[in-house]
Parts: sequence; structure tokens; C-alpha cells
Amino acid sequence: MLKTEELQINIGPQHPSTHGVFRMLVTVDGETIIDLKPVFGYLHRNHEQIAEQNTYLQNMPYTDRLDYFNSMANNQAYAMAVEKLVGIEVPERAEYIRVLMVELTRILNHAGALGFLINDMGMWQTQLAFGMREREKILDLFESASGARLMCNYFRFGGVARDLPPDFMPRLKDLLRAMPAFVDEMERLLRDNEILMQRAEGIGILPPDLALAYSVTGPVLRGSGIAYDVRKAEPYSIYDRFDFDVPIGTVGDVYDRFLVRVEEMRQSKRIIEQVLEQLPDAQGGHINPKARQNVRPPVGDVYARIESPKGELGFYLVSDGSTKPYRYKIRAPSFINLTPLGDMCRGYKVADVVVILGSIDIVMGEVDR
Amino acid sequence: MFGELVKGLRTTLKYMFRQPVTVQYPEVKRPVRERFRGRHELKRFADGSERCIGCSLCAAACPADAILVIPAENEPDNPRSPGERYAATYEINMLRCIFCGYCEDACPTNAIVLEHQYELSFYDRRASIFTKEMLLVPEDQGHGEPPPVLKQIERRPSPPAQIDL
Repeated sequence: MLKTEELQINIGPQHPSTHGVFRMLVTVDGETIIDLKPVFGYLHRNHEQIAEQNTYLQNMPYTDRLDYFNSMANNQAYAMAVEKLVGIEVPERAEYIRVLMVELTRILNHAGALGFLINDMGMWQTQLAFGMREREKILDLFESASGARLMCNYFRFGGVARDLPPDFMPRLKDLLRAMPAFVDEMERLLRDNEILMQRAEGIGILPPDLALAYSVTGPVLRGSGIAYDVRKAEPYSIYDRFDFDVPIGTVGDVYDRFLVRVEEMRQSKRIIEQVLEQLPDAQGGHINPKARQNVRPPVGDVYARIESPKGELGFYLVSDGSTKPYRYKIRAPSFINLTPLGDMCRGYKVADVVVILGSIDIVMGEVDR
Repeated sequence: MFGELVKGLRTTLKYMFRQPVTVQYPEVKRPVRERFRGRHELKRFADGSERCIGCSLCAAACPADAILVIPAENEPDNPRSPGERYAATYEINMLRCIFCGYCEDACPTNAIVLEHQYELSFYDRRASIFTKEMLLVPEDQGHGEPPPVLKQIERRPSPPAQIDL
């Protein structure tokens, strides 16, 4: 037996597989990982402090920039927090449009996230290009509804900024017709793919009790076999009207997280189809006409949470009665899902770190804020 | 083994004759949607007068503090805009602008509109400040009549009400 020595190395912050500026301080023994410490803060841009200088409405475009893949979901969480604080009613039609947008966001996030995950495994570009191709169609819908592809800034207090454009529905139906083929193709290409199985099965196991202890949420938690979804656990908006399943994994490895995301895309499509059925009968307009946008909430605090594609996204606001929030705190799912990375990587090889990180699906804009 | 090879080559051939989903960007430009929020323009009325009345509501609404408006009093015999005042200086810092569209929402006369131009690169930071001359549309491209409320100068409507144009 050769005598080996422990070695400390840095992966990142300038490393193409870290999905942004993120550093992992890794202690290795040969190729095996003894310890891993995630180090973040390289993208810190004072989001929460800036938000305390802005009025409530001015923060809406800033929330887009947290998790730039899912600006619609961020908007919804923030709008819900302020609506709860002020007591603004949201018309039914606006709620349906919101749900529609957030579920589309979930599909595009998972299409992108799985593409990057496969990319990290070394199956270069193909799946990523397929995912980006599908994502592009959804971004085009966002552009026609909100005016921007990524930084949508579509939500307002009491509804959404504008009603859906007339050509939105036909194009959405085209998209839904083409979508199962994309998901099925991805599953057919990857489900029993030897490269994926070798890199994903039994890698990065997060046991359920550890996942709970770290308060991990989203597909990472569901991959570990705990059926926790804020949409089911505490139905917000109008999620109690839809029929959908919460897919869960069994082992909690990278492969389970992959399968959970694939299935969530199908469930999101189911929800969108139900939205399309119920939307024509919905009451009210796209926004509550009585809702003031330059709000001045009463003194108090509020926490609103949604199931963002990456996990539970929460906004905690404290109002001192002025037009600006006194405290503005975000419970960012990427940040909390990243904390058990050390436990997930321990005992695996250096090459697995990249795959495990890819399977958590982080966006550094949200981790560092 | 041989069958799989044929299958793979057939897939490749199939994609070779398919219309590509990508666009050859600098030569071919992807059209943007109607609501796209791109470069700002300062609009005019049909008679050629400026729509901007220098009220600075856009600067107040801007979350990124990108807009600078310095208003000045209109000369009574040669007014630049209907109403009392006009924007003597109107600057947008394109490095600060986040294209949220709140200036458009706040404008009482629909003077500032986010249009469809999205190629906004420049070589130095000084060039990032778009001045009023750059933002204002040519005189013959105005639209709409000035609303009567702006002509009642002596009545001094304040604060400027949201006028539906």
C-alpha cells in the first residue's frame, strides 16, 4: 500500500463547471474527496440593502435578477409578499396568468438545468442545445407577453402588467403539442444511457434525514424521496384547483434528481393544460384596477413563499409604514440547497463533484444576492 | 452493430436537411415582438412639438436612477412643448438602465417609449450617456394632438395627471 498524503485544492472560482463564480475548497486523498467546503460571495451585490433604498414597486425588476432563469417565479414570490402585507386582492384571471407563466418557467428551467447537467457529465453540447432550443420557444412567449426574454418584470401588485397578447394562446398550444416529443426524446436518449448511468447512479447520495436537517427544498429534496412541494403543502395562489403529482426519487442520487426534473416538466405541462381549460371562464381582468402600485403598507412583517423551480423561494418583508421596506430578506433555494454539498461529495471522486454540483442546479445570482 | 450505425447516420442526415433553428445573427436579425423593451425614444406630437414636459416622473420611477431631467420654462412665443415647461436636459445612462419600462408607465404624456432597437454597444463609458438629441425622434415623426389640459397654462394643473392619449 502506497503512503498517501492529503492535499487541499481549489476548484473555482474561475472554473467553467462551477456555474458562475463559486469556489470549492476540496481536501483530496489521491482522487477521493475527504472534505469539501463551498465558498461563496464572489457575486455579492448588496441586493437586500439596495432593496431597502427602493420603493416596493422598484424592487420588482431587481427580483428578476436573483435567479435569472426564473424571473417570473421570483416576481410572483415578491408580488405575493407585498400583496399579503398591503392586503391586495388578485383577480382570478391574473392568478391563472401567473400560474401559467410560472409553470412555463419551471419547464424552461428544467430544460436548461438538465442540459447543463448532461454537459457537466461530458456529453458535450447535444442535450444542452436541445434544452436551449425548447427554452427559446418559451422565452419567445415571455417576450411577446412581457416585453423581455429574461428580465420579464411582468408582475405587478394585484395582477400582471399587461394582458396576454392575442397571438399568445395559439403559439402556446403549438408549444404544448410539440413538448411531449421533446421530453420523451430526452428520456429515451438518456434514461438508460450508459454514460449517464455511470456518472449519475449512486453518486452524490443525499439521505432524506440529512436533506431535512439542511432544510433542502425543491427537486433535490424530492429526489431524496420526500414528497414536499409548497404547491401541495401550503397551496398558494390557485394551486388547489389543479390536479398534479409530486414526483419523488428513491435513493437521492444524481440520477434520481434527473428523473424528478424530467417528470416535473410533464407535471407542469399538465398544470398548463388545466389552466388553458379554466382560463376562459376566469373572472376579472389581468390586474386589480383598485390596486395602487406605489404602495405604503401598514407596519408589520410578512413571509410569502412559493415553489420556485429550484425550491422554496420566500420573501420576508418588514414594513415601518413608509414607502420603502424596512427589511427585505430572501430565502433563496439555491443558497440553501448548496450547503449540503460537502456531505454529498464526501467519499466520491473529484470528477463527481462537478456532476453533483450540476445536479443541485444552482444559479449564483441567487446564491450570493 | 451495423443497423445501429445506419440508424445513427440516418438521424444525422435527417437533421442535415431540416431548417436550422438558429439565425445567422449579424446578417439576419431576429424580429422582436411588439412589446419588446429596447432603446428609448422621446416622442413628439403631430405638430412637431416635444411630448416631454419635463415633469421628471420618469426619473422618480426609475429603480436604477438612470434618468436625468432638468426642466426649463418654455418661451411663450417659441414653445418647445405644449404646457409650461420642457426638458432642457434629458439624459439616460444606458449602463445603468435595466429596461424595466417603468419610465414608460410613469410618463403622463407618453413621451418616453421603449422601442425595438437592441444593439446598444459602445466603446467608452462617456458614450453610454444618451442625450436628448440622440433620443428625440425627427420632427416629422410625431403623432397625436396635445391634450387640452396642457394648453391651460394659467390654470397650472399640478401635479400632472395621468392623461390617456
